[in-house]
Amino acid sequence: MLTVIKGGRVIDPGNLDDILDIVIEDGNIVEIKQGALADDENKESKIIDASGKIVAPGLIDMHVHLRDPGYEYKETIETGSRAAAFGGFTAICCMPNTNPVNDSRQVTEYIIKKAVKADIVRVYPVAAISKGLKGESLCEYGELKDAGAVALSDDGNPVMNSQLMRRALEYSSRFNLTVISHCEDFDLVSDGAMNEGAVATKMGLSGIPNAAESIMVLRDISLCELTGVPVHIAHVSTRESVRAIRDAKKRGVPVTAETAPHYFSLTDASVKDYNTNSKMNPPLRTEQDIEAICQGLVDGTIDVIATDHAPHSIIEKAVEFDQAANGIIGLETAVPLGLKLVETGIIDITDLIEKMSKNPARILGLKNGLEIGKTADITIIDPEISYCIDANRFQSLSRNTPFDGWDVKGKAVLTMVGGKIVYQYTT
Amino acid sequence: MELSRKDILDMESLSADEITLILDTADKMREISERPMKKVPTLRGKTVILFFYEPSTRTRTSFDIAAKRLSADSLSLSASSSSMVKGETLIDTGRNLEAMNPDVIVIRHTSAGAPHLLAKMLKSPVINAGDGMHAHPTQSLLDLMTVRENKGQISGIRIAIIGDISHSRVARSNSVGFTKMGADVVLAGPPTMIPKGIETLSVSVTHNMEEAICDADVIMMLRIQKERQQHFLFPSEREYSKIYGLTDAKLKNAKDDVLIMHPGPINRGVEIAYDVADGPYSIILEQVTNGVAVRMALLYLVTGGIRNANGD
Ligand SMILES: [Zn+2]
Repeated sequence: MLTVIKGGRVIDPGNLDDILDIVIEDGNIVEIKQGALADDENKESKIIDASGKIVAPGLIDMHVHLRDPGYEYKETIETGSRAAAFGGFTAICCMPNTNPVNDSRQVTEYIIKKAVKADIVRVYPVAAISKGLKGESLCEYGELKDAGAVALSDDGNPVMNSQLMRRALEYSSRFNLTVISHCEDFDLVSDGAMNEGAVATKMGLSGIPNAAESIMVLRDISLCELTGVPVHIAHVSTRESVRAIRDAKKRGVPVTAETAPHYFSLTDASVKDYNTNSKMNPPLRTEQDIEAICQGLVDGTIDVIATDHAPHSIIEKAVEFDQAANGIIGLETAVPLGLKLVETGIIDITDLIEKMSKNPARILGLKNGLEIGKTADITIIDPEISYCIDANRFQSLSRNTPFDGWDVKGKAVLTMVGGKIVYQYTT
Repeated sequence: MELSRKDILDMESLSADEITLILDTADKMREISERPMKKVPTLRGKTVILFFYEPSTRTRTSFDIAAKRLSADSLSLSASSSSMVKGETLIDTGRNLEAMNPDVIVIRHTSAGAPHLLAKMLKSPVINAGDGMHAHPTQSLLDLMTVRENKGQISGIRIAIIGDISHSRVARSNSVGFTKMGADVVLAGPPTMIPKGIETLSVSVTHNMEEAICDADVIMMLRIQKERQQHFLFPSEREYSKIYGLTDAKLKNAKDDVLIMHPGPINRGVEIAYDVADGPYSIILEQVTNGVAVRMALLYLVTGGIRNANGD
């Protein structure tokens, strides 16, 4: 049977941008043209009306925490996959800070097996850089690659030992595994609970200075230059990091970077009243940082928007602020928050698709794109629907979001993975 | 006028009028403690829970005496005796306490915002007896009372607060409280102990102690904690006391009628010289006395004292 996505604005950044029909057969794109339906009238086909909507290559969230194995009360591979599909993502990369840590073939294979069983979106495991995320010894990258890992990260922890980081870069390059760095200087962070500055001072909370991030960004850029091996910087939150990455890129250093929607949507002011749903690591910063991050998105310094989806239950969040867990969920709010950048004219829709689909695929070496012969991983976005974010209706097992109750515009209305519709919006 | 709020959480949330009401009430309460028979029946039948997650002899004792002088039943819980050690959350502990129908919950906690979390969850009035580095409103109120008593007014006076501003909830609450009542606040300490953005509280900042004290009407010294050396905030007590300790020599440049305060407990010979603490300018023990009066006033006001206690 054929599926035809009809009359949408088909955008494949750098490749396509037109009102076109996409014909899908056996999970693959077989035709992209205008008026595709007429030719295929003889075959029985399923029509998806995409008029007035954006048809994009499947969105990829390269920074997600699925909590499975170990913390299945926060999220499982299945619930996280469903949240991804609802948010418009056809693929997600899950970080290794589970329990046990994904530093072994067994855990990598477990994740892949559970994702296949859930059969919703593609789940790509990111394995640990160091055994147990302890920063003391290298994991077996050959084994992990063979098991199906697509990248390496100690996310949640920085790799404080520069020698280990250097060797991880060198050794990983043999296996084409992208190294993703969580940049944080533990000593500078100390007991910090939020961004350092007037808000923290008034609230009596210990602050985390911007330099706690940018020092490590600069270190990783130096190691990237030293080794010639690409480094991907996770969740950029500060203006100093943006500047450092921009300068490095100008010199031709193979560094790439991501930010998360909350770092261009919120400042540290939203921590007021000790709101633990605004607590994450790195912390929310200031207006100046938001401005720099937007500029970085505009000029290409920041390649990717990834959510850092970090589910936590009320047990970890309905507590004293300094004792609350870091992180917010993001899979089901990323598209409307990204579209806000488009709505306000900071970037255009093509840039947004590039940063949520093309660029993560390029950085990780994943298949992606709207081309004949390619797998039909497709996201349809309606940029016009206005609604109020309601966390109680999320597919995620967790509710820890500062965006609950926000009035937003635009959402993913259909998510297709390998030609199969895994989510479709119904009014 | 009545206090129109359920909780006393920090100085930001109190209006200048409410602060004046509390201080006026405390002035009247003070007299009770000077009687030979130091007890009035005002809060008879009321229960006050003193819930101390962080050890504190002074503040807890002060609240305890305040409650008893008003005939309330008071009960102390500490972190070691409470179920916190068994892993119960603050909210659960609070709900359990509330189920026993207390009239006021006084809480001290190591985490900033803990009293706010409790206040949001509970119907009972919550009084913050100190939360992390955030706020210590009852200390600020007793300091305001003591300054007003000695200087006749708060407006227009200049108070220098000296020491580890970063880690001090007393410095924060007094910066807010004194500026709200029209005083000028200058904060002094080594650059390592001045938190970023503190000037947004409408205070001035200096790293030079002499500059802070030369035209101050009140000097408030903060306790220095030895453990801070491990965090590289200062090299040694020796050097700290040389540069930021209050000595007779430094006081020579102060005003003739300067007052010296300290929230206690003091480190004699470190932030304050032995003889200065007991010297003629010191009103440190008066602060302690007024602490009981302020806490009596607050217990009385948050329980709706004006309506309930006619005739006392
Ligand atoms: Zn991270």
